[in-house]
Amino acid sequence: MAHAALSVSEPTAPGSRRWMQPRTGGLALLAGVIVLLPLVMRNNYFYEIAILVALNAIVCVGLNLLIGYAGQISLGHAGFFALGGYGSALLAGTAGWPVWASLPFAVAAVGVLALLVGRPTLRLRGHYLAMATLGLGVIVSIVLSTEDKLTGGPDGLSVPPIVLFGWTVQGEHTWYAIVGAALVGTVWLALNLIESPAGRALRALHGSEVAAQTLGIDAARHKLRVFVISAVLAALAGALMAHYAGFITPAKASFMHSVELVIMVVFGGMASVFGAVVGAAVLTTLPQVLTVLKDYEMMVFGAVLIATMVFLPQGIVPSLQRLFALSRRR
Amino acid sequence: MGSQWVQFVASGLTAGAIYALVALGFSIVYNASGAINFAQGEFVMVGGMSAVSFLAMGLPLPIAVLLALLAAMFVGLLVEKIAIEPARHAGTVTLIIITIGVSLFLRGLAQLVWDKRVHALPAFSGDAPIHLFGATLLPQSIWVLAGAAAAVAALSWFFGRTLFGKAMLATSYNPLAARLMGVNTRTVLWVSFGLAALLGALGGVLTAPITFTAYDSGIMLGLKGFAAAMLGGLGSFGGAVLGGLVLGLAEGLGAGFISSAYKDVIAFVIILAVLFFLPGGLLGARRIERV
Repeated sequence: MAHAALSVSEPTAPGSRRWMQPRTGGLALLAGVIVLLPLVMRNNYFYEIAILVALNAIVCVGLNLLIGYAGQISLGHAGFFALGGYGSALLAGTAGWPVWASLPFAVAAVGVLALLVGRPTLRLRGHYLAMATLGLGVIVSIVLSTEDKLTGGPDGLSVPPIVLFGWTVQGEHTWYAIVGAALVGTVWLALNLIESPAGRALRALHGSEVAAQTLGIDAARHKLRVFVISAVLAALAGALMAHYAGFITPAKASFMHSVELVIMVVFGGMASVFGAVVGAAVLTTLPQVLTVLKDYEMMVFGAVLIATMVFLPQGIVPSLQRLFALSRRR
Repeated sequence: MGSQWVQFVASGLTAGAIYALVALGFSIVYNASGAINFAQGEFVMVGGMSAVSFLAMGLPLPIAVLLALLAAMFVGLLVEKIAIEPARHAGTVTLIIITIGVSLFLRGLAQLVWDKRVHALPAFSGDAPIHLFGATLLPQSIWVLAGAAAAVAALSWFFGRTLFGKAMLATSYNPLAARLMGVNTRTVLWVSFGLAALLGALGGVLTAPITFTAYDSGIMLGLKGFAAAMLGGLGSFGGAVLGGLVLGLAEGLGAGFISSAYKDVIAFVIILAVLFFLPGGLLGARRIERV
């Protein structure tokens, strides 16, 4: 798994043109898709799904830095997502802050929280790390549904809209532009991080933590930093989702939501930024398509997941990349 | 005061015995494959729900329970053949995602085969409470504790006295060496899933008269079982039992003396505390990474 992660995300081979590189070509492709998509989106329902896709993609790009590049699993990121949403909602709604202050503050607070819990958590490895992050997520989820005086309990909390200089951010088109820009920014950030010395250090960590440490890489610091980055991105998406939907429930913090996010990352392809985007796009749209199956929805979703992981164990994007590379070599 | 303690300890141990059974299932599959089987909780659900169905068909309770255990074991064996076996060379994370896919599939299937309502199984030997040291015990609690104890005894006989059990243990220590000694590790993985499903279903059947059962009752039980397995040290059978009982006791006492709303949080706070201070679990081996 580790060597696959290395080979897939390696910068393109010498001699390939610069625009072919993911940092330029891939980003341009993503921006192009986001700009051109409105041409085929006929009504608000399409926009709603596109907004959900973009928000999930923001979380997944961050989570992929943690899982795919640094090799550290998290089964609790829905907790950060929900805390970002509830934080901004409570500051803006109950405390009466303007959203331009409540949203960055909530996101930053989640970052500080991730810094505090990340330190002891990231010392753990493998399944123990999975358990610890799962525990953190479950605790957040239960606290959110139990403290009903503050959070509205299992019924959820209504969230005020974003108001900037007297202008209320509303309408699917405006939101689409905002989350689209946020996604492009996130992807740009992630691609730059991966190609930086810090990104190379992360991949070295994934290969072997001890070997990386003997080469002078401060493993704990690098892991903690990428953990905080991924938590901040999750919180940002969570806060945007809350203000967009005007509503948030503790289900956003549930174990199943954390699992969904990890599934998107692995399904799209670990250690591939665009894999995370594709995974988020496919798995956010799939349930919408599957609603026609009604009662069979969950079963078919499970079957699709099993089949994909059995036949494309590397995830969609890396597996297709490999296929493409093989066919070109012939 | 004293009777209160007895009451909370009794309810904690009852829940703990169920967690121990689920945790044993996690450890058995982990030993054979190195992966966490997130469908373990679903086996508990399949056990409980099938028992309810077989009983509704008019079968006597003991037969219904036995058939439910066999049905869950069959599901476990089938799951391994269809979903796990073809991907056994994939990485651990891929395997984990596959088991999550299996759990979604089984939960979705349960919605169709049964429904979304909560079902109860009648208590095995009546509902007349037993009075013990001033506390009231349900007879079903005795069944749970006795059933779990019998399962643990049967397992230790299986792993300690039978050739196949020893082969399974050998595989968990070193799969390659076990293969060189003629152990068919693919069969070991297959049987592991059957055994894990059987243990989970036993937990599901025993607890169905107390906590009831529904298509989604496997989620929390699965997570608690995972936490129990972790608490004792993943892969250790003694640890799984100890972890389950400790977790159940802490939950019973916490729900009684602190807050019943935060009952489910207690288990996870404990597991976090243990992981932060004893990263290998209570009985886990201290592992050293080789480069």
